[in-house]
Amino acid sequence: MSVFTALLSRDLKLALRQSADSLTVIAFFAIATVLFPFGVGPEAEVLSRIAAGVVWVAALLAALLSLDRVFTVDFEDGTLDQLLLNGQSMTLVVLAKVIAHWLTTGVPLIIMSPVLAVTLQLPAEGYGTLVLALLLGTPTVSLVGALGAALVLGARRGGVLLSLLVLPLYIPVLIFGTAAVEAALTGMPSAPMLSILGGFALIAVTLCPFGTAAALRQAAE
Amino acid sequence: MHKFANPTQFMRIANAIYPWVAGICVLLFAAAIPIALMFSPPDYQQGETVRIMYIHVSSAWLMMMIYGIIAANSAMFLIWRHPMANLVARASAPMGAVFCALALITGMLWGQPMWGTFWVWDARLTSTLILFFLYIGYIALADAFEDSERGDKAAAILALVGSVNVPIIHFSVEWWNTLHQPSIIKASKEGVDSSVHSSILLPLFLMMGAFTMFYFALLVLRLRSELLAAKIRNARLSQIAGHSAAQPAE
Repeated sequence: MSVFTALLSRDLKLALRQSADSLTVIAFFAIATVLFPFGVGPEAEVLSRIAAGVVWVAALLAALLSLDRVFTVDFEDGTLDQLLLNGQSMTLVVLAKVIAHWLTTGVPLIIMSPVLAVTLQLPAEGYGTLVLALLLGTPTVSLVGALGAALVLGARRGGVLLSLLVLPLYIPVLIFGTAAVEAALTGMPSAPMLSILGGFALIAVTLCPFGTAAALRQAAE
Repeated sequence: MHKFANPTQFMRIANAIYPWVAGICVLLFAAAIPIALMFSPPDYQQGETVRIMYIHVSSAWLMMMIYGIIAANSAMFLIWRHPMANLVARASAPMGAVFCALALITGMLWGQPMWGTFWVWDARLTSTLILFFLYIGYIALADAFEDSERGDKAAAILALVGSVNVPIIHFSVEWWNTLHQPSIIKASKEGVDSSVHSSILLPLFLMMGAFTMFYFALLVLRLRSELLAAKIRNARLSQIAGHSAAQPAE
């Protein structure tokens, strides 16, 4: 457990000192979202119709951009080998890294999302649900993303490959994430969608760390 | 089962059944193609376009069966390190991707006259498209490493992750939108559901059998050439090693 907290605080410290990394992801999130009004036109009714989906898609792409730094640095400088040799539970190591990733990418994305939703004219009833849906959905994004990042360690064209592996697996989160906001906007209860998002997070947190640990072990071999 | 992990053992059996598989495949195609494409009656609603369905359903069946085979073999490879399981999974993946593409293309060709559009975002089309992406991801990951063993293992893990996700994706997409008609073949206690007339079911089953045999025959051929390629590689390597030992100056 001490390794868990040590790794977590180390990763958070590193992220804080190189805060440009997190900021770049947020900047990408903003830019990608802002492109949409230029693409579909500035009419408020069109924008408010697609706002939730656009915010979700942009958040997924932004998270994707940040994934390659979850393990790459540790893989290249040998930290990963040390962790493996240490005899520590790799599952815990993975969990610490994923939580650090979520805190440094997922949380800033969630904080940023209402601001971007304002620019897309999301109706007022949608904000709470959007934030809640992102809160429940982004842990899955980090967990599945870390698995993909561990699989492509050391691969040629790793970044492009990562998007090919991970984006299809994000589709369920995207479907229910946007459906929750849509339900809130039409006055339907959004709790079922949010529960399913929470369910996905629970499935991911129980299964993904094991897969990621296995992927890391064979990457370091 | 473990004795099949030995490539020589495995190939002995595979080579023994290959003529049978290939022969049955040719016979089934010889029967299925004329019956399905010429002699079977046109559907009273769909007309002649129903013939696309014979290819479409057979491809769709294979794309799912092959994904199952890849996932099962990946598990065997990761658990017991069976080299043959890995070879079977990797040799199957491109075929699965092609059948997936075939199912998508024939589905689109059928959709144009039936639905009036090539593409609708309905549940089954969408999840087939996602399955196609999973196949492409698997193939790309398997080939992405200098060290081919690393690619084998990474791809095997990905296949297992995919096999957990395929039902989740399928259920999500289903929930998201349903427009496609429900499945036409339903196994029941009386055998096969009678909502489809036997004049259409017979050619369909012949075609599905032919496709399946075609996959197995091709799999044996691919495994055979893969093992031969490995042998040639080893022979070359030992040749080079012999040369450089004899002439250290070069």
